[in-house]
Amino acid sequence: MDTKASDLEWKKGSAELLILSLLEVRPRHGYDVSKLIEQRSRGTLRFHAASLYPLLYRLEKRGWVQGRWVEKSGQRRRRYYRLTPQGRKVLASQRRGWQVFVEAINRITEVEHA
Amino acid sequence: MPDWKEEITRRLASLKLAPAREAEIVEEVAQHLEDRHQELVAGGATEDEASRVAVEELSDENLLARGLRPVEQEVALEPGVLGGGRRGNILADLGQDLRYGFRMLRKNPGFTAVAVLTLALGIGANTAVFSVVNGVLLRPLPYPEPARLMMVYEKSAEFGQMSVSYPNFLDWRRENHSFTDMGAFLGDDFNFTGSGQPEHLRGGFISASLLPVLGVNPLMGRNFLPQEDQQGAGGVVVLTYGLWKRRFGADSNILGKALTLNAKDYTVIGILPSDFRFRYQADLYVPLDQWNSRLHDRETYPGLLVVGRLKPGVALAAAQAEMAAIGRQLAQEYPKANAGHGVTVVQMKDDMVGYIRPTLLLLLGAAGFVLIIACANVANLLLARSTARSREFAIRAALGADRRRVVRQLLTESVLLALGASVFGLLLADWGTHLVLAAVPDTLPRSQEIRLDPRVLLFTLAVSVLTGILFGLAPAFHSSNVNPQECLKEGARGSGGGRHRAEGVFVVVEVGLAVILLAGAGLMMQSIWRLWRVDPGFNPHNVLTTQVALSPTVMASPAAIRIAYQHLLQRVETIPGVRSDAITDLVPLSDDNSEIPFWLGRGPQPPQDQMTSAMFYIVSSDYPRVMGIPLLKGRFFTDHDTLASTPVVVIDDVMAKHVFPGQDAVGKQINLMVVGPVQIVGVVGHVKHWGLEADDTAKVRDEIYFPFLQVPDKLMSQSQAVAGLTLVLRTAPDPLSVVSAVRAQVAGPTEDQPIYGVRTMEQIIAGSLAQRRFTMLLLIIFASTALVLAAVGIYGVMSYAVSRRTHELGVRMALGASRGEILTLVVREGMALAAIGTLGGLTVAFGLTRLMASLLYGVRPADPATFAAVSLLLVGIALLACYLPAWRATKVDPMVALRYE
Repeated sequence: MDTKASDLEWKKGSAELLILSLLEVRPRHGYDVSKLIEQRSRGTLRFHAASLYPLLYRLEKRGWVQGRWVEKSGQRRRRYYRLTPQGRKVLASQRRGWQVFVEAINRITEVEHA
Repeated sequence: MPDWKEEITRRLASLKLAPAREAEIVEEVAQHLEDRHQELVAGGATEDEASRVAVEELSDENLLARGLRPVEQEVALEPGVLGGGRRGNILADLGQDLRYGFRMLRKNPGFTAVAVLTLALGIGANTAVFSVVNGVLLRPLPYPEPARLMMVYEKSAEFGQMSVSYPNFLDWRRENHSFTDMGAFLGDDFNFTGSGQPEHLRGGFISASLLPVLGVNPLMGRNFLPQEDQQGAGGVVVLTYGLWKRRFGADSNILGKALTLNAKDYTVIGILPSDFRFRYQADLYVPLDQWNSRLHDRETYPGLLVVGRLKPGVALAAAQAEMAAIGRQLAQEYPKANAGHGVTVVQMKDDMVGYIRPTLLLLLGAAGFVLIIACANVANLLLARSTARSREFAIRAALGADRRRVVRQLLTESVLLALGASVFGLLLADWGTHLVLAAVPDTLPRSQEIRLDPRVLLFTLAVSVLTGILFGLAPAFHSSNVNPQECLKEGARGSGGGRHRAEGVFVVVEVGLAVILLAGAGLMMQSIWRLWRVDPGFNPHNVLTTQVALSPTVMASPAAIRIAYQHLLQRVETIPGVRSDAITDLVPLSDDNSEIPFWLGRGPQPPQDQMTSAMFYIVSSDYPRVMGIPLLKGRFFTDHDTLASTPVVVIDDVMAKHVFPGQDAVGKQINLMVVGPVQIVGVVGHVKHWGLEADDTAKVRDEIYFPFLQVPDKLMSQSQAVAGLTLVLRTAPDPLSVVSAVRAQVAGPTEDQPIYGVRTMEQIIAGSLAQRRFTMLLLIIFASTALVLAAVGIYGVMSYAVSRRTHELGVRMALGASRGEILTLVVREGMALAAIGTLGGLTVAFGLTRLMASLLYGVRPADPATFAAVSLLLVGIALLACYLPAWRATKVDPMVALRYE
């Protein structure tokens, strides 16, 4: 339970950045996004449907991403999300902020270990 | 495999999403779960395990609905509210805002009542003063095309505006080209005898042209004909609607009936319409030319007023120029009467109400201050409430309400409050106006035209809406500025900083405005107090004055009139409690005046502009004893000063010093116009005839007393002596207690001599201060309202501050702060606001009180004592308002306060 709660807090701050990054290269549907997060974090980070979709809708509402139903032959239709120009700007700035944050943390933790 | 869609739909039920949106979400999330399910099965899980895990991930603390709520609710609500599009539904929004506003106000009856009452005070004060401003200053005079009506006066070196002599009026009327016509009016009183109780009536002699000039047509009958406005024509009379209704029961057959006025027969030829008003409340009018044969004497000034109606397109300045030229020509033609006399033309409305304009505008400003204070108080209430309601706004913001929408909703609520208050304000204004007008009657010109008309209602409506926006704006912006995430956190306190600053500003403004109003009221009170202590030159205590109308039977001869007054005085003297009595034609401070030109030396009468004028009192021998006027030199009159002896006068010390500087005036001779040479036999103290304040700067201050028994026949037949002198008497008990005895004694053997206009001398003095008292009364009312509202404001803010700081105060006390230190801490915070407000108020008051300099007496606009007293009063009240919350703060139990969180 405890890990779950801290996971939640951890994800809250970075989730937006993660999703935006994943949509940077090409449009993806929700399940795809959740799988990618899990794979690339090697299982450390996981988004369940219950937290993923509210996040996606919020980003869509802010105009950072745009969802569209796409039907591919032989499959059920899926909703694909792509980055809007505004979303691209937000991503760039969040990415910078994140780097600064990580470097700061690193510096502190390195001193701690030295 | 479970039915994913059903699972998801059940979880979304509480969100009440629009069906289309819900279906979309359900489809997308179901797709996700199915993918997950397949993946788990592919990874080796059983069908059942995979289903359980997938559903668990979905139901994780019901995260889905919780997460979706803030995101989705707006999407869901918008189509329902906005329908066709944003612009088309402003009315629908307004309807929703109004319904919601009503609900919120009903839900908090305490808050609503306090806010409505506070605002009602402010709106009521403004409506009341505006209804006066409207009735007196704004409403046009009740005649057709009133802007063309002018008053035309003579003027001299001594008087900027003086009454007109009848021959001059006739010449003006004939020679001018600026006016369509001119009319003249001479106010007078009539003794009505014959059918039923004798009665004293007010009215006037008017030229046949006056009513047509005013544009007034009789309700019944007709106006006077030119041939009726002539000496020797038969008596005709026009009655006002009021008299016709009161005395004649609105008799429809009144035309042609005969009345006896001043022992002369008159035929009723017309009834004036009910809304007719001119100068003062009158009962009847008769033709001017029949007044008296002396009317045609160019040197006689009985008090004639002239009204002219400008021809269309003629400007006031052009008319003024033409009349001035006519005046110069008449002065050349009749130097004896007219030398030094000019003509001046003024707008009739300015003439009537111009002098009161500064006072009324001052009061309107004061009422405006009260409204601003009320607004500040209600804004503070709203701020406090908006903090309590911050979660409501956070939820609405989270649900997608945009900021403008929240602001509009809040402004709708505050305007609703203001409109509710305006209903009470109107009632308060109607009631208050009547009360104040009754408290100081006859203070305002046109006071009978003060009422709540559509313009006043419109003003109140506009003020209310503006007020609502004014006091609603700050709280609305404050509320709309909340951060939903911050606010929705359990135990969050909202954004207190901005609020605290805003209410601090409100308190400072309230205190400042209260200081200004208090300073104004204080200065007025000081002025009145100083005026009351001014020595009028006589002793007004226990003096009764009443006018008397002689019996028509004695009016025939001057000798009979003299005897009748002597008998009357003898009868009144027998009344128990009456110490002395006298008659006079002129009562000090009563607004009446009568001047006589005089010259020195033995030569013939010089032209008018080479003579000096003095106040002229015709009195009986006991007059100084009744009035308590000190005899400084020589003697006063006795009953032996009659027509058979040398004509004598008594003058006042001002005239003695002015005319005979460094000499003894007693024994000197002067010449009075009309009367001839008279000998000065005594000098008495000066009486402040023109008013306690105005007398010092009056142009004519010399006073001449003339014995009633020496009044020559030709003067005796002049109106005032005939129609009624004033009886003055000094009493041992309360002067009003002898009125009925006086009435009985004056009535005389024939019982046809009424008394009227009974007033004590003290009432007359109070009346002379009426306009100032009116101003003072209203300023005191406004200032005390302001003081109470400001005190409530400080108290409210400090109480809130203490409740907000309970935790902090608890920590301080836990760390060892004494109760005294806590008390000081809280009081200091409140007093800092009060001090800033007081200083600001004093600074502004310093500039503003200068505007009321003309209303003050014996005190400077920036009187340090008044300002100091006002500051002390305010600081005292503020201290009280701070002390209560501070005292409560010291009762904070540290343990309880710390557990509070």
